Amino acid sequence: MIVAVASGKGGTGKTTVATSLALAAGREVRLLDCDVEEPNCHLFLETGPATVETVGLPVPVVDPELCNACGICGDVCQFNAIAVLPEGAMVFPTLCHGCGACTWLCPEGAIREETRPLGEVSTARVGSVELLTGRLTVGEALAPPVVREVRRRGDGAGLVIVDAPPGTSCPVMASLRGADVVLLVTEPTPFGLHDLTLAVEVVRRLGIPFGVVVNRAGCGDDRVQDYCRDEGIPILLEIPQDRRIAEAYARGRPLVEAFPEWRGPFAGLLEALARLARNGDQAPAGNVRVGGAP
Amino acid sequence: MKVAVTAERADWDAPVDPRFGRAMAFVIVDTESRTLEMIDNAAGRDAVQGAGIQAATAICRAGAKALLTGHCGPKAFSALAAGGVTVYTGVTGTVAEAVDRLERGELAAAAASDVAGHWA
Amino acid sequence: MIELVVASGKGGTGKTSVLASLAVLAERAVVADCDVDAADLHLLLEPVVGRRTPFYAGHEAVVIPGACTGCAVCVEPCRAGAITLADGRAVVDPLLCEGCGLCVHLCEEKAVAFEPRLNGEWYVSDTRVGPMVHARLEPGGESSGKLVTLVRSEARRLAAERGLGMVLVDGPPGVGCPVIATMGGASRLLAVAEPTTSGVHDLERLLELAAHFEVPAVVVVNKWDLYPDLTRAIEELAERRGAAVLGRIPYDLAVTTAQLAGRTAVEMGGAGAEAMVRIFERLRPMLDAGRRQLPQTRGASAPP
Repeated sequence: MIVAVASGKGGTGKTTVATSLALAAGREVRLLDCDVEEPNCHLFLETGPATVETVGLPVPVVDPELCNACGICGDVCQFNAIAVLPEGAMVFPTLCHGCGACTWLCPEGAIREETRPLGEVSTARVGSVELLTGRLTVGEALAPPVVREVRRRGDGAGLVIVDAPPGTSCPVMASLRGADVVLLVTEPTPFGLHDLTLAVEVVRRLGIPFGVVVNRAGCGDDRVQDYCRDEGIPILLEIPQDRRIAEAYARGRPLVEAFPEWRGPFAGLLEALARLARNGDQAPAGNVRVGGAP
Repeated sequence: MKVAVTAERADWDAPVDPRFGRAMAFVIVDTESRTLEMIDNAAGRDAVQGAGIQAATAICRAGAKALLTGHCGPKAFSALAAGGVTVYTGVTGTVAEAVDRLERGELAAAAASDVAGHWA
Repeated sequence: MIELVVASGKGGTGKTSVLASLAVLAERAVVADCDVDAADLHLLLEPVVGRRTPFYAGHEAVVIPGACTGCAVCVEPCRAGAITLADGRAVVDPLLCEGCGLCVHLCEEKAVAFEPRLNGEWYVSDTRVGPMVHARLEPGGESSGKLVTLVRSEARRLAAERGLGMVLVDGPPGVGCPVIATMGGASRLLAVAEPTTSGVHDLERLLELAAHFEVPAVVVVNKWDLYPDLTRAIEELAERRGAAVLGRIPYDLAVTTAQLAGRTAVEMGGAGAEAMVRIFERLRPMLDAGRRQLPQTRGASAPP
């Protein structure tokens, strides 16, 4: 089962939920940190040594002997990464999205591909958790290829938990794609509610069953709960507003380790997610809660 | 020789557009016949990225050997250089004044791009 | 003209709350919400939308009904994995299509159309603190960098037109494409950090990005009393990187209360609000100095 933990808004506690889910699973689990712009799961897990691999994007390299400056590659490139000059084609790798259209369509076979590094994927282990971390190099703009690499390496049988980036744009799509169930983390504030509605729109369009975790419950009002009830979205867990929890988070301690009484609710959350995934879109209507504040 | 000038219309009195990749259009000046030809720059203007590269390709295809403009970014500059186009940046005034100054040898060719790459 | 970007690397550090308060204090500024992916500033500033413009960027592949023969020549080459066969016909998932057009070229039946993609909408609005430019990116939308650029340039144009000397920009989280588009060529970055293990890590990456694009940075620590040791560590990190620390904002639930009321913290008062007023007082001379020093024509520099 692939569980993706996502949120419209950043800083709602996505990483807290993802790491606690992984630690409370009580079995072998792969945790994929796909928030490649700001990967944070590793800060909460005392993993052993990591193996690091560079990942990147296939970009075209033009053979000047074979290129006859016909101009096809420059015309097909939607990203303006190729200038075809009278002497031949010139590639601008930083603009390339690695789609391969020029390589496919060059009638002279003058284009081969080379990998341009964009970041890295590191793999490390703590107990039953194998952590794969994607990291976009600072100054690089293209996150989705790094996300796709983390997913490609980490997807598979068994339990997979994906920590997705915040928001609703392309790196989020790459993270959610193919997940069996999505867990949306939000907080009961106007910002939290607004960004939750955007995330719900995305997950519905992807057709993936989903549920909600309300973090810092009690810090705001009931608008998020009312929205979920009206929309028939199950709230699977509420984590209360508690300065001690915020302080443990600040110190980089996973919730279920700082407060072991939360192991049970997170194990229950995982079971609820498995039920949602099995039942597909037949999510129970109304406000179903498992766990809750211990 | 053909000289490209960034400007909105094929008119000797049109002002030089300081932008290159996102310029409205290019005027190709034939310095022998003294004729003007306009090339629209919709491809560069509306590009999500790589506007300068689109513009540079258009200039090279038009057969220009020099470009007179305000600013030119690094990618466009290297494409123009590879295409055998000499770039003059910091050019102001009208198309006529710019070409005049080029012919009198008052403009110095740019050795490199004068601005960082642009989005806008 | 001064363009101050408020950003945070990590989401949820309170950057939008800080920016909204600065907008109230600045009095004469244009506000630009460049967090187009999860724009929240409008919830505090309640803009009245004056002009809305659809945002088209790039293209998307659309299979023409009845024209596809199901030969599948397009399926495997699509590196975005956006094309599948269903009932013997190709289906493009618009949320995954990156608009490269390879399938359009490969299809011998000419069964794939290449249509301009509507990626969102942007707005020019009026608020109680002045003009505001903001946007909404379609969920799964591409080219958020281009939309950010549009919002920024419109905000600058408005500031020039109305004689307002400052643009206050709410930046997106992260360090990728939209952040690069927000920060390139800006006058100054105000980084809002929080004293958490993740917060320090993300601040470091953000300051690295600012250095990469040569944007001078200043730092404020929000919720500083949550973990005072780490607050000091953040301040040392900032100093090491040449970013002045402008102040500390305490962990104050009144900021959330203000948000619930659709108000900015400084309009509601409290310890957090007082800290923001002090921060603005320290910021103001820097901005005035920057106004004199910075060239006015410098554009937004960024890679794709």
